[in-house]
Amino acid sequence: MLLSPDELEAFLLSLRVASIAVLVGLPPAIFCAYALARWRFPGKLLFDALVHLPLVLPPVVVGYLLLVLFGRQGPLGQFFSDWLGLTFAFSWRGAVLAAAIMGFPFQVRAIRLSLEALDPGIEAAARTLGAGRLDVLVSVTLPLILPGILAGALLCFAGAVGEFGATITFVASIPGETQTLPLAIFRAVQSPGGEAAAARLVLLSVGLALVALAASELLARRWKRRFLG
Amino acid sequence: MLEIAIQRRQGDFTLDAEVAVPAAGVTALFGRSGAGKTTLVDCLAGLSRPDSGRIVIAGTTLFDSARGIDLPPERRRLGYVFQDARLFPHLSVEANLRYGQRRAGPGDAVASFDQVLELLELAPLLARRPAKLSGGERQRVALGRALLAQPRLLLLDEPLASLDQARKDEVLPFLERLRDEFALPMVYVSHAMPEVLRLADALVLLDRGRVAAAGPIEEILGRIDLQPLTGRYEAGAVVTASVVGQDAAFGLTRLDLAGETLWIGHIDALPDSRLRLRIRARDVAIALAPVAGVSIQNQLAGQVAEMSRDGHYVDLAIAIGSPAAGQRLWSRVTARAADQLSLAVGKPVFALVRTVAVERQGVSRRPEAAAP
Repeated sequence: MLLSPDELEAFLLSLRVASIAVLVGLPPAIFCAYALARWRFPGKLLFDALVHLPLVLPPVVVGYLLLVLFGRQGPLGQFFSDWLGLTFAFSWRGAVLAAAIMGFPFQVRAIRLSLEALDPGIEAAARTLGAGRLDVLVSVTLPLILPGILAGALLCFAGAVGEFGATITFVASIPGETQTLPLAIFRAVQSPGGEAAAARLVLLSVGLALVALAASELLARRWKRRFLG
Repeated sequence: MLEIAIQRRQGDFTLDAEVAVPAAGVTALFGRSGAGKTTLVDCLAGLSRPDSGRIVIAGTTLFDSARGIDLPPERRRLGYVFQDARLFPHLSVEANLRYGQRRAGPGDAVASFDQVLELLELAPLLARRPAKLSGGERQRVALGRALLAQPRLLLLDEPLASLDQARKDEVLPFLERLRDEFALPMVYVSHAMPEVLRLADALVLLDRGRVAAAGPIEEILGRIDLQPLTGRYEAGAVVTASVVGQDAAFGLTRLDLAGETLWIGHIDALPDSRLRLRIRARDVAIALAPVAGVSIQNQLAGQVAEMSRDGHYVDLAIAIGSPAAGQRLWSRVTARAADQLSLAVGKPVFALVRTVAVERQGVSRRPEAAAP
């Protein structure tokens, strides 16, 4: 199967956008999952709803909100460009942001579930052995919820690779910059004689999804082997 | 001293415990389930926070609500052995053992890695994962892990409760060795009297969130008024006797109990070493004079020190030898028998104890240093 340079570019961009979206989303996802699983605080229900918002909102709405907030004139967009020199509008970074936000609820959910399944007594035991809170998090909690983190990362990755509505609304479809696989497929389908290209890109998407699934399964198995000795 | 005076409400239950015991040897925290034993130990360890009060161990204040002191668990240096071991499933046995050791200060030396390995016979297990350990092995690793964190005091919350009898018998000797080889104070939570008898020096009796009594184990178990809490079935006295000699031909060991002779089944112990015995009230009969022509080997002179009527029965405390020796046996007789013998406090009697009634389980060897 031979790819045109454009198609290869779309594939590599998707890979990069999705991977970075997973990594960027991971720390806040762990924090939110921990807060939701372990802490009691006023407004927790609202916080929970906020985290899950991207799941229930139409992606186009999320894209629109991102445009309003992170566009060149948006309050957050100005803040990031003034203070950190980061622009999101019509840039691949915007595609990462859109993908990370759309995948965020999946990531939080998977991590939260494995946190809730973890016996807090194990962490208490670590405290009595001289480990402070942060130490316990790094040496006990995170290693033990690794399967949840992996599952969350996989879901987020798959969602990021497939993300369409929020991305096209927020950062448009610029080849080489924001035109990820689904956007490229959409364009190919729209243009006359693009069926063959669309088919190749679809196959590529399926292959990518399968590889991601297999990789996460493999990691989870290795972890389990380690767990059970 | 270990000084505790704490209050904590959780739901319907209120813990209101006030007690001071020597921070040395093994102190048993005894009580029924629901008496608040685990809550109290969790408060000591810093895993639960009392609403108010004070916890001081050997001069170090761990908690004081009035002064706003509440050391986090990692700074209390209290080893905690949980009922369910709570080993780290993602780490090998060796990494589990080293977890607390790596985090201990350099000046806190209580036990070295090799010492713990040898004491608890852990060397063959080092490479294994907790999931591949038996229940007894798991508790041994948990013990070693807590020891290596170099604690100032060891908390053991029913470490044997989740094990079957065979596993219990496997772990108990390790606990005894631990007690004998380290000068480490221990608080041992249990609702099983046999374990308490084998291990503990002092007893804190917890009842519905309050300390009902505290003191040396012989004293607490010698009190008839505490019998409902120490257990009716187990009712009996705990005495300390010293070994006089062996009768190899009959397989018996001769003991001295407050000047009186007591024969028990053979125990491998040197002369002059001290043994703690538990003799149940229903195994002790009373006579007004030495009895001839009877199979009972032990006839100990003493006098009635206390009497308490319980329906058609009478519970007696018999001070063996002279009352000043402080060694008491209990006897449970029928009210009719008490009446016929006209038993009364102060009356000289003989306590008859069958040699076979002194159960192996009721015998524990006490190191010379810890003997009262």
